[in-house]
Formats: sequence, C-alpha cells, structure tokens
Amino acid sequence: MQALFAQLLVGLINGSFYALLSLGLAVIFGMLNIINFAHGALYMMGAFCAYFLLNLTGLGYWWALLIAPIVVGIFGMILERTLLRWLTGLDHLYGLLLTFGIALIVQGIFQNYFGSSGLPYAIPEQLRGGMNLGFMFLPIYRGWVVVFSLVVCFATWFLIERTRLGANLRAATENPTLVRAFGINVPRMITLTYGLGVGLAALAGVLSAPINQVRPLMGADLIIVVFAVVVIGGMGSIMGSIITGFALGVIEGLTKYFYPEASNTVVFVLMVLVLLVKPTGLTGRAA
Amino acid sequence: MPEVMTATRPAEFVAGGGTILDVRNLQAWYGESHILHGMNFNVNAGEVVTLLGRNGAGKTTTLKSIMGMLAKRTGSVRFNDREIIRTTSDKIARLGIALCPEERGIFASLDVRENLLLPPVVRPGGLSLDQIFELFPNLKERLKSQGTKLSGGEQQMLAIARILRTGASFLMLDEPTEGLAPVIIQQIGHTIARLKKEGFTILLVEQNFRFASTVADRYYVVEHGKVIDGFSNADLAANMDKLHTYLGV
Amino acid sequence: MTTITDTTLPITPRAVRDEMIVFVIMAALLALVPWTGIYPFFVMQALCFALLACAFNLLIGYGGLLSFGHAMFLGTAGYASAHALKVWGLPPELGIIVGVLAACALSVITGYISIRRQGIYFSMITLALSQLLYFIYLQTPFTHGEDGIQGIPQGRLFGILDLSKPTTLYYVVLVGFLGGFLLIFRTINSPFGEVLKAIRENEPRAVSLGYKTDHYKLLAYILSGSLAGLAGALKVFVAQNASLTDVHWSMSGEIVLMTLVGGLGTVFGPVVGAFVIIAMQQYLAGFGQWVQVIQGVIFVTCVLTFRRGVVGEIAHLFRRSL
Repeated sequence: MQALFAQLLVGLINGSFYALLSLGLAVIFGMLNIINFAHGALYMMGAFCAYFLLNLTGLGYWWALLIAPIVVGIFGMILERTLLRWLTGLDHLYGLLLTFGIALIVQGIFQNYFGSSGLPYAIPEQLRGGMNLGFMFLPIYRGWVVVFSLVVCFATWFLIERTRLGANLRAATENPTLVRAFGINVPRMITLTYGLGVGLAALAGVLSAPINQVRPLMGADLIIVVFAVVVIGGMGSIMGSIITGFALGVIEGLTKYFYPEASNTVVFVLMVLVLLVKPTGLTGRAA
Repeated sequence: MPEVMTATRPAEFVAGGGTILDVRNLQAWYGESHILHGMNFNVNAGEVVTLLGRNGAGKTTTLKSIMGMLAKRTGSVRFNDREIIRTTSDKIARLGIALCPEERGIFASLDVRENLLLPPVVRPGGLSLDQIFELFPNLKERLKSQGTKLSGGEQQMLAIARILRTGASFLMLDEPTEGLAPVIIQQIGHTIARLKKEGFTILLVEQNFRFASTVADRYYVVEHGKVIDGFSNADLAANMDKLHTYLGV
Repeated sequence: MTTITDTTLPITPRAVRDEMIVFVIMAALLALVPWTGIYPFFVMQALCFALLACAFNLLIGYGGLLSFGHAMFLGTAGYASAHALKVWGLPPELGIIVGVLAACALSVITGYISIRRQGIYFSMITLALSQLLYFIYLQTPFTHGEDGIQGIPQGRLFGILDLSKPTTLYYVVLVGFLGGFLLIFRTINSPFGEVLKAIRENEPRAVSLGYKTDHYKLLAYILSGSLAGLAGALKVFVAQNASLTDVHWSMSGEIVLMTLVGGLGTVFGPVVGAFVIIAMQQYLAGFGQWVQVIQGVIFVTCVLTFRRGVVGEIAHLFRRSL
C-alpha cells in the first residue's frame, strides 16, 4: 500500500511537470501558432541555470526559482524577436522545424560541455526530510513540488482567464490584427507571451533539478511525452492542459505500480486510444 | 433619451470644418490582389461622410487601409495633417482613429465587459462607462455573458460602444446596420446623430443609403477601388437616378 | 499562408522529360561509383538514406503531411529483416520482403491512427508513435535492446549474387534504390499523384469534388512507409546490424533535415540532401556533439533563408522542375 501511494506521488510530480510544460506549449501555440519543440531544451536550461547559480554565485534554490525563469525567459524572448518573428505567415510546420533546430543547437552545446551524465543539485535545506502520514511517507520536497506547481498553474490560469492582461492575450489569440488596430502593441505581447511560456518551462526545470539530475538531455524525451499530453488534451483550453497534465502523470504513476513495463509507453497508448475515439482531443478545438 | 454626453472634445479638434482626413491616390493590395486603385476623398471635422458602393467595391478595404491593417498600401493618408500611410495600426489607433469593423469583431473568448474594456483609452475625452451604459442600456445587463452569445444588434452596439470609450475623435463604422432589424437600425441612426452632435467625426460605409441619408453630410461613390462620384446630402434627391445606376439597385 | 511545398512547379510533359534525363544521368553516375575508388560503403549507406528521404518526401512534398516518425519504418524493417536473416535463416530476398512487409503493416496501423489529424498534430502524433515503438523495442528481447542485432549474414541473393562482395552488394543496393525511386516517380506522375497534389493544395475543394481524401492520404502514407521499410531492409545488409538508433526520434529528425536541405517537394532533393548530410557526418565524425549543433544550425538556416533547399534553388534558378 505504501508503494502504491509512493508511486501516486511520483505520478503527481511527473504530472506537475507535464502540466507546467503543456501549459506553456498551449499558451505559445495559441498566440504564436508555433509548436515550440525547443520547450524541452528550455526546461533543461532552467535546471542548468539553477545549477550555475548555486555553483558559480552561491545563490541557492529560492533565488533560482525567481531568477532562472527570468533569465531563460529573456533568452526565449530574444529567440522570438530574432528567429521566430520571421515565421509569421508561413506554414505551421516551419515553426516546428525551426524550434527543433534550436533544440538541437542548445542541447548539442550543453552536451559538448557537460557530457550526458547528470549533475547533482541538492534539495534545499528547508525542504529536506519527510513526514509520516500513516498511509505513506511523504518526502517534503516532493510534496512541495506538487503544491507549488498547482499554485503556479492556477496563477497562470487566473492571469489568463480573469485579468485585463489575460483578456488582451485571449483577444490577440483570436484576432491579432483587430486587437492591434485598437492600439495594443501586439508584437510586444507576442514576445512577452513566448517569454511567459518559456519561463514556465524553466521554472519546471528548477523544480526538477533536485529530483531528477541536471542533464543536457533531460528535456528531450520529456518533450515528446508532453506532445502526447497536448494531443490528448487539445490545446484549446488552459484548464484542460493543466488537468490533462496532472491526470496523465497520475495514470502513469499507477501504471508503474500495476504494470511497470508499460509505464514508459502508457501516455502514448492513451494518445492512440483518444485519437481513435475523439480525434480533436478531450477538450479540443481542432487545429 | 436623457442628455448624457458632456464629453469635452480634445484641443486639436479643429472646430467648424478643418480637414481631419485627407486621402489621396490610396492604393492597396490583399496579397497579390490589387483592390484599391487610387482612392481620393476627404473628411472634415464634425462631418459624417458616407462611402457608398456595391459589394466588393473596396469600401471595407479603404477603412482597413486607413487603419493600417493592410500590409501593402501606397499613396497618401493624412490625419490631422500627419502622414500615416506608413504607420502601424496600433500607432494609428493612438492618434485617435477607431474602427468598428464590418464583422463586428466581438471576441468569443471574452465576456461582454472584457470586450467593452479591451480597446485602451488613447486620448482624454472618451465616454465613461456610465455614459456608455446610458446610451446602450441592454449592454449593462449582459456584462457577464460571453461576447458572441449576444444577438446581432447587441453585438453591433457593443462594437460601437467599445470604441467610444477610447477617446478617439474620428470613428470609422463599417456597415453598422447590416443584417439588423429596423428598430435597431433606427437606434443606431439616433446614436450616430448624437455622436455627431457631440463633435465626433465619422466615416461611414453603408450599402443601405436610405439609412445613410438620415445621418450623412456628404457621400462618395466607390467602384472598383476608386471614387467615381461625390455629392453633398443637399444634392441627394437630384442624384438619386445616378445612385440607382451605381449601386445597381 | 505559404504552404510548405509551394516550391513545386506544375507537372508538364516537358518537366517529366527533364526529370527523366536527370534520372538517367544520376543512375549512370551512381553505376560508375565502384570504378572511382570512392568508398562503396559510404555510397551504399547514402543510397539507403536517399531512398528513405525520398519516401519521406513523397508524404510531405505531395501529400502535405510532415511525418516526424519515419525512423519507425527504418527501424522496424531493419529489425524484422535482421531477425529473419539471422534467426530464421531466410535467404536475402525473403529477408528483404519480410522487412518491407513489417514496415507496410506498421504503416497501415500508424497511418490509420495518424491521418485523423491534420498538419501540426499529425507531426506530433507520428513523433509520439515512433517514441512508443522505441520504448517497445527497448524492452522486447528479440531486439537485444541497447546492443541491437549484430552479425547479420549477407548471404547470396537469389542463390547467385554473393552479397559479401562489396561491389555486388553495391549494385544490389543501387538497383533497390533506383527501383524505389522510379516507383515514387511513377506515383507522382500518375492520376493518383495528381489527386494527392490537389489535396495538398486545397483539401476542402478536393473533398467537395468527391474525392475521399483520407483514403488517398492513407495510401500515400502506406507507400511512403513501405518504401522507407525497403531502405531499412537494404541498410541491414550494408551495416550488418540493426539497432535502437535506427528507431530513435533523432533519426527521424535527420530524415527531415536531409529532405529540407535537399529541397522539400522536389524530386531529386532528398537524394542530394541525403548525400550531403551523410558526407557531413563522415567528415565531422570526430567532433562529437558538435554534429548535433551543426545540424541544428542547418535546420534554422534552411527554414529562415533556404527553404527551397539545394535542388529547389537550382530548379528555381533554371525554371525547371527537379
């Protein structure tokens, strides 16, 4: 029984990353019409940023949570301004190819300097240890990851669905030309939106660093699972991405307990099933 | 209807007939299609000028070109004596021009309140929310509804209302009465007349010239992307036959 | 919106004639390779990838579907053929057929699932499916996991041709490549190909004309997958092994890269692209992960400034169809 809850917790943690990453992908896709293949690489950069902050400047985890998303977010915004900007009006597939190329470049560079093995990053002092809940032992850091991710996801949802800024974003997603004709600087909003999506990915990277090691390829296999999550959930709704992400993480965790050999593949199998039954995805708006 | 509008008009507003908008040889393309072949017309302060013409003549394209929404345009468009042919649409909006598009452009992912508040205030002197609700009371009841759940008439009201808040003094209304019931059309006519009284300058695109004749000061007839004729409201009766030919009515 | 293969020029009898001439030149040049002293294994490997890229190109260039999972056909055919040759002891010709059939079956299943979605979703689904297959192959015993299937016998094709002789093997692979290439060429220039192009350009209109577009797309997908399988089966003889790298998504990415560099939607682009990328990999073999960075740079450069690819630019320059 303990083992089951332990796996559920792992599932929730993975679900947190799926949710944060698919949320970022959905936001970017909505505004820019680009599937950001570089998302995994940017997640990785977030983790490395935390690592550098600690090992080069002594700034610990709590600083990293703040600084890494900003730094990587700025890097993302530079990418958007210099490279992605040229894709407007082109077929969506070019966006996929361009961001794939960016992912190769970023990952290749990191791999050259850091090899393929993982670098350690310690759990911050305040979050070490665990609590005995009776039905399971809860490592504090892992509980923190889930709770913090939920908070961030909710905050993002709130920002987009309930604020004036979010209204601008939603309107610009629907009809950017008209929104610009009202006097809103849409190109700048697009850049900032990309930065937001990237920042979420980097934040996930920081959260991930103490649990999974910091490796150049840590985002590469993850991004493909996130693609499957996105196909299952559809990219039409923010809440949909969040719920699908967490749900799939839990399902994956349960699979690991009951049928471990399938745990790597269950998300993909679910994707196949959803496609056969409901091609537009669970909350989907057809692409 | 109570007298609610006490908006003060902005300082640079040239009272009594200065040229607000001057369009010369405006040409425009949608991709490869050459739509406007040289539009020439002007609009003076406080006037309501109507562009008449058949479907596909280029009226909507003209409004969109003035607004900077078409990438490829040449010629000259001067607003308050300032050249805007190369200006981007967000900057044009901030100069005090607002567009109410033909398709109304109500956003489905926003509720009525968000739709109403979306266009930012670009100049002082726009209507306050209270003033807007007094002009369009039914909007106040539907604030939480999803934008596209409103009826056609309500959406048109919303589309007009939201640009009144911005402080823009030059309004471009594209077919505001299209597809609406006669009683709503009357309401819109009243609204335009009120706006005119308050000193707004309006460029109107209309196929329904009977409606236009209730508010317009001057008309231009557009065909194949060019202005082929123009006359004032006083001469409307005299030009009726010509109009019938132009519009194929 | 610029579709990804707006570069293809219309098919005219003159265009077909031009292409046939280039084909004959290409075949002749390739036939002469063993006499030139160029390392035959390099060219053989390039030919396999060229066929693979051509198969991929059929789908994107003429069907408008960018498959990011074509490695799954390469790998599946490779594993199937390798197993048939090594474990079942089948002769080469049957080994190849087993590989192609395996890829064909896979393409029927994955095609049926993927065709349900358009555009970008199609690409993501093919990527996810190939990753699914990767994990399955990682765990199933017959593939020997990370080691792969090694030491595959080359045998005698039809009992006569000794495939352990490089020159003989070379001509067999060449024939396989040219055969696959001609099949694609024939398909593009057939009524079926015309319908495909119509679908790619304006699917709603094709539907309104009464074409069952999903069927056409699925057929194109199956053809593409099966020919990719042929490439995989041939490659088994060249490399004498079948491994996980053949099924990994980075392999799918390389296939896309080859076709992009050569020219998406052109007839000869994939061939040129395959040779370029394989040559580059040979040349840069000592540079470790910089190869990946360079490939990324090529992707970015091609998408931003070189969308027509090598052959596409040449074709554009000379206003011919290539």
